[in-house]
Amino acid sequence: MAATLVEKIFSRRCGHPVRAGDVIMAPVDCAMIHDITGPLAVQKFREMGGNRVFDPEKIVLLFDHQIPADSLPAAENHVFMRRFAVEQNIHNLDIREGICHQVVMERGKAAPGEIVVGADSHTCMYGAAGAFSTGIGSTDMGFVLKFGALYFRVPTTIRLEINGAFGPRVGPKDLILAIAGEIKADGANYQALEFTGGTIETMEMAGRMTCCNMAVEMGAKAGIVPPDGITWEYLRARRTVNPFSLASDHDAAFTSVHRFDAERLSPQVAVPHNVDQVVEVEKVAGTPIDQVFIGSCTNGRFEDLREAAEVLGDRSFHDSVRVLVIPASRLEYLKALRAGLIEQFVTAGALVEAPCCGPCMGGAFGLLAPGEVSLSTSNRNFRGRQGSAESLVYLCSPATAAASAIRGEITDPREV
Amino acid sequence: MRAWKFGDNIDTDAIIPGRYLVIYDPRALASHAFEGTRNEFAAEVSEGDVIVAGRNFGCGSSREHAPLALSGAGVRFIVARSFARIFYRNAINVGLLPLVCNEADQIKDGASLFVNPKEGYIESGGCRYRIEPVPGFLQEIVDAGGLVEYARSLPEVKTCTGSQ
Repeated sequence: MAATLVEKIFSRRCGHPVRAGDVIMAPVDCAMIHDITGPLAVQKFREMGGNRVFDPEKIVLLFDHQIPADSLPAAENHVFMRRFAVEQNIHNLDIREGICHQVVMERGKAAPGEIVVGADSHTCMYGAAGAFSTGIGSTDMGFVLKFGALYFRVPTTIRLEINGAFGPRVGPKDLILAIAGEIKADGANYQALEFTGGTIETMEMAGRMTCCNMAVEMGAKAGIVPPDGITWEYLRARRTVNPFSLASDHDAAFTSVHRFDAERLSPQVAVPHNVDQVVEVEKVAGTPIDQVFIGSCTNGRFEDLREAAEVLGDRSFHDSVRVLVIPASRLEYLKALRAGLIEQFVTAGALVEAPCCGPCMGGAFGLLAPGEVSLSTSNRNFRGRQGSAESLVYLCSPATAAASAIRGEITDPREV
Repeated sequence: MRAWKFGDNIDTDAIIPGRYLVIYDPRALASHAFEGTRNEFAAEVSEGDVIVAGRNFGCGSSREHAPLALSGAGVRFIVARSFARIFYRNAINVGLLPLVCNEADQIKDGASLFVNPKEGYIESGGCRYRIEPVPGFLQEIVDAGGLVEYARSLPEVKTCTGSQ
């Protein structure tokens, strides 16, 4: 019987066929916890009577949201997690490596056919590696830490077929914003979003991560790209791999199929206060901005920083704009450093911060005052997301962010 | 118990802003619930009040601080046309009951409300509205009072693989 990619992952892992809608207790191949959701997960693990975690080797533990500790409570949470790591013999990456999702990917902790959970909603990003990965809450994570398994309802799948080559200064972020604008904030609730088509087949891992990362902004349980040569090559550098084919059957039952033409796409901007409020950049061009943030798990990779740097050239950022550049991980930072991008950003007037979530979640630094406007390459523009409930957040690509930072107002990157 | 009416796509940043995620105590979180987006909520909410919302309640972050802030405020039920999936699971896991009601829009802000989850209805303003049952596998967790209580009763779990 025809099956979707996600049905095949669960069937493969269970050893017998399962279908969308089935509720199963499935084993977890990797579980990720960080400084914000981790302490509560540990507390729940203990309340459940947990003594030893299911497998310390399958747990990725790090701090990325509030680092270096920006308050006493944050410092205490970090100490709590450090002690837990020592007690459970879990390798603690602490504040060293960067944003959890980037680190899981670059350490090869998610691979085709695996089931991965993380106590963070953007865990859906690892679908870029062909894994079924989904964000869960802390209590569910406490359960996973104890039992190494979790109840899943196998989701139905919405298939996205994207074809055509991107025009100049248009890329994966513009694509996923356009998709969010069409599918809407709850259009994929409880479902998986499968990214297919020629545009995806030729897209590098960085772009696939950007797309899968934002699946949750449409309510999706998972975003996923069928694994191919690009996926296996990425993983080969990170772990032992035995490539196999894994894709939806051509006659699999999808809830719906949406087609997008990348060639006709122009730079996109999500306007306050919802991710699905998406317009073409020209509709908001000229909007004055106070802060530009280039970074996050969505767009903090080397490829994103390079995209911004190409637009920047040898120009400077506008005096009226604070520009924060935050690489997604230590390794991405090193790549950017060696390529001269960091020097280019600092020369242009940016603040380059150490790898972390930065202003994306509005809890650490880079907060916005009432009335301020941020243009951000991150994933959410909810009211108050980056500080005051009276501030405004617009979302865009690294190219649009750089062009706008040069002009001091939202700018079409094709015009600078 | 009164209804606190909200619209569509109420995100978890609105329920509890990111700067309070270092707090885990439900009552302390409750004092910041809806801060900046509906400031009177934390001051005026009473034990047993009900959140009534439109579509996609609880979208966004997986922060369990959101359902904890609401349960710390004394809320036991959230009635909405639909829920974002992580919030839905989190709510059930911490003993807060999310109830899907297609007619949630009909309920007025401030109205008094009677919720009968066992028999699957809400009464408000002289009208009775049907609520959908919680999916079977989650009902056991609801009955246990949350996932912690449910998990405590499990010596081990049987996975779909038949091993472990």
